[in-house]
Amino acid sequence: MSGVLGKDLLGLAQLSADQIRVVLDTATPLKEISLRQIKKVPTLRGMTIVNLFFEASTRTRISFEFAEKRLSADTVNVASAGSSVSKGETLVDTARNLEAMKIDMVVIRHPASGAAKFLAERIESNVINAGDGMHEHPTQGLLDLLTLRDRLGDLRGRRVCIVGDVLHSRVARSNIWGLTKLGAEVAVCGPRSLLPNAIEEMGVTVFSRVEEAIEWADALNVLRLQLERMEAGYIPSQREYNRVFGITRERLERAPRELLILHPGPMNRGVEIDSDVADGPHSVILDQVTNGVAVRMAVLYLLAGGRPEQAIVAKAGVP
Amino acid sequence: MSSQTRDLLLRGGRLVDPSQGLDAVGDVLLRNGQVEACGGTLHAPDGADVIDCGGLVVSPGMIDVHVHLREPGREDVETIKTGAHSAAAGGFTGVCAMPNTKPVTDNQATVGFVKRQGEAAGYARVYPYGAISLGQKGETLAELGEMVGAGAVAFSDDGRPVESAHLMRTALEYARTFNVPIAEHCEDMSLARGGSMNEGIVSARLGLKGIPAEAEEIYVIRDILLAKRTGGHIHMCHLSTKGSVELVRWGKERGINVTAEVCSHHISLTEEEVEGYNTNAKMNPPLRTQADINALQEGLADGTIDLLVTDHAPHHYDEKEREFADAPNGIVGLETALGVNCTWLLRRGVLTLSQLVDAMSCAQAKIFHLPGGTLRAGSPGDVTIFDPEREWTVNAADFKSKGRNTPYGGRTLFGQARMTVVGGRVVYQAPA
Repeated sequence: MSGVLGKDLLGLAQLSADQIRVVLDTATPLKEISLRQIKKVPTLRGMTIVNLFFEASTRTRISFEFAEKRLSADTVNVASAGSSVSKGETLVDTARNLEAMKIDMVVIRHPASGAAKFLAERIESNVINAGDGMHEHPTQGLLDLLTLRDRLGDLRGRRVCIVGDVLHSRVARSNIWGLTKLGAEVAVCGPRSLLPNAIEEMGVTVFSRVEEAIEWADALNVLRLQLERMEAGYIPSQREYNRVFGITRERLERAPRELLILHPGPMNRGVEIDSDVADGPHSVILDQVTNGVAVRMAVLYLLAGGRPEQAIVAKAGVP
Repeated sequence: MSSQTRDLLLRGGRLVDPSQGLDAVGDVLLRNGQVEACGGTLHAPDGADVIDCGGLVVSPGMIDVHVHLREPGREDVETIKTGAHSAAAGGFTGVCAMPNTKPVTDNQATVGFVKRQGEAAGYARVYPYGAISLGQKGETLAELGEMVGAGAVAFSDDGRPVESAHLMRTALEYARTFNVPIAEHCEDMSLARGGSMNEGIVSARLGLKGIPAEAEEIYVIRDILLAKRTGGHIHMCHLSTKGSVELVRWGKERGINVTAEVCSHHISLTEEEVEGYNTNAKMNPPLRTQADINALQEGLADGTIDLLVTDHAPHHYDEKEREFADAPNGIVGLETALGVNCTWLLRRGVLTLSQLVDAMSCAQAKIFHLPGGTLRAGSPGDVTIFDPEREWTVNAADFKSKGRNTPYGGRTLFGQARMTVVGGRVVYQAPA
C-alpha cells in the first residue's frame, strides 16, 4: 500500500516541496487528537508496526510509539541489545524475518548511513527512517519545518541557521533539504572542523562566527554537541565550544530581531545552549516535541495510503 | 610445461607490440612454449594448429601486477585456480598476487605455495608478491631475500600503508640488493580511518565519512622523497587523485626511480556511483571525481602513469550485502578490465592501441622484471588475442572468478579477449 509519499520515507532529499507541504498540512489537524481526553482514533486499526532501534533513542522512539498508538496500530519495539542482532544477525536477515511475520511497517533507527534504504529495498513493508547514521532524520526535519511554519508562516525567504556539529548530524542534512525545498535561506555555523568541507555545494551559506549567524537569522536550529567529538579531536573542549559557539542570552540580546530557537534534543545545557535560552521566551523546543507526534502520525497515515484531504475525516475516526 | 604442446600459428592478426615498435598485419608462430617467429607471412609447420586471427589484435600477453587471489585463507571467495582462470578469461597471461592472504605471504614457504598453486592451476602465470613487513604489521622487515629466492617478484603491504617512514626507507634500500620494486598502498590512516568513500559533496550528502585525496598524496610524496634519498624503486599502487599524478610527474621529471599504476575503475567511474549506497562501488582508494579521472587519463597518455591494473578483489556476496560503511572494500576486475580500458581509453582516443598494449603488457613486464611483455622471437609464448571493438554486456554470473562484486554489471562494454595463450598453450577461448 502506498500513497502520496510512495512506499517509504527515507529522507527529505527525495521528497518534492509539494510532498513536504502535504505532510505538514496533514499533521496540522492531527495535532488536535493529542489534546483529547481519549487520544485515539481507529485509523490504522489492524496494522502492525515494528519499531526497530539499533541505536539508543528515547524521544524519537516514544514519539513514534505514541503516534502509532494514537492511530490504533499494533506495535512491537525491538532494540538491538537483547535481540538476535546482538547475536550477530545481519540487517538483511533481520529484515527477512520481520517480513516473514507479515508486518505492515518498519520504523528503523540505525547507526549506519543508508541502513533505512538498505532495508526498504529488501522488504515489501513501508519503511520509515528514524535516523540513519549521519545521513538523514526525515521526521525530525519535518517536525522542525512544522514548528517553524507554525510561527513564521510561509518559509519562503525566511532565514534559518543550523548551529553546531553539522558534519556528523543527520538532523542538519534533513533540515537543509527540507528548508531549501520550501524556499527558505539556509546557513550553517560551527567550528570548521565540524562542517563538511563541501557544505557550500549543498546550497547553504557558512558563518564562521555565531554572532554573524545571529545577526542574519530568523531562527537558529541548535545541534547537540556529542561528547565523542572531543575525544576524536574535532574540538578542544566543551568549555571553549560554549565560549565561541554557545547560544547565550547575551548573544541573543544583540540580535536585530526576535529569533526562534530550536533544538532537536537531548540538550547539553551550558554547552551548545544556555539554560536561560532553552527555557526562555524564544525557545520552541517543547513545541518541536509536541509537533513530532503529529508529524509522525501524518507520515504513518500517508504511507498507509491515506489521502491527505481525508486526514480531517481520519481524525474523526473514519478510516 | 609446454614442450609437449603442438605448434600454434596465429594467422593474419593485427600484431601490436610496442616492445619492438610493431603495428602491422602478420603471423606469429609459437613452438616449444616460445615465440618462434613474429611478423610477415609465416609457413605453418606440419601438424601445427592454425588459428585465423583476421580482424583481431594479437599482442604480447597482458599482465596485471595488482590482484588479490585470496589463497591461502579465503578460498571461499577465490582460489589461485579460479583467480588465474578469471585472469585468462580477461585476456591476462600473468598476474601478481598480493600478499594480504591469511596467513600473510611474508615468508618463503608461503611464496613458494602461491607459486606452485599458480603452476598447478595452468591458466595465467601467477607471480607472488611478498609482504614488506612481517604480518603486514609495519614493524619488522620481512625476509625479502629469501622470498625473492622462492619466487617473489615485488614487495608490498598492500591494503595497508607502511606507516613508518623509517621502515619504508629501509625496505627501499634493502630491496635494491635484489632489484625488485617496493609497491606502496598510499594512505595516511590518521586522515583516512573510518572513511568509506571520497571526501566531497557526495559524502557530505550521504552522511558517510570521507577519505580526502590528501590521505593518498601525503604518502605519494613521502615515498617519492624516500626513493630519491635511497635510489630504491618505489611503485605507486592504484593512484586515484589528480594530485598524485602531479606528484609522480614531479618525481619522474627529477629522475627519481618511481613508477605508478592506475585501476580501470579509477579512469572510468566517479564517486557518484556510490549514490544509493552501492557497496559494489566501494573500494580503497575510493572512486573520486571527474577532474581526477581526467588527470589520471592524462597521466596515462603522457607516461606519468605506467600501468593499468585491476586491484581484482573478490568478496563473498554476503559481505557486500550490508550497510555501506561496514561492507568490505574492493571489486573484481580481471574479466572487465580490457573492456573498460578499450571503452574509456581507446574509443575515446585517450590512448592509442599501442599505448594500451604497453600499459597492459610490455610496461608491466619491464617494470616488474617479468618474462613476457613482448612477441620477439625467443620470448615466452604468452599472447593475448582480442577484439578492441566487440560489444558485450557484463553479466557477473558468467565470471570465472568466484567474485560477483562488480560495478559494471549490466553495462555495455566495447573490447573483449577472444583467446589467451600461455606458454604456447591456449588457456582460454571465448565462446563464439
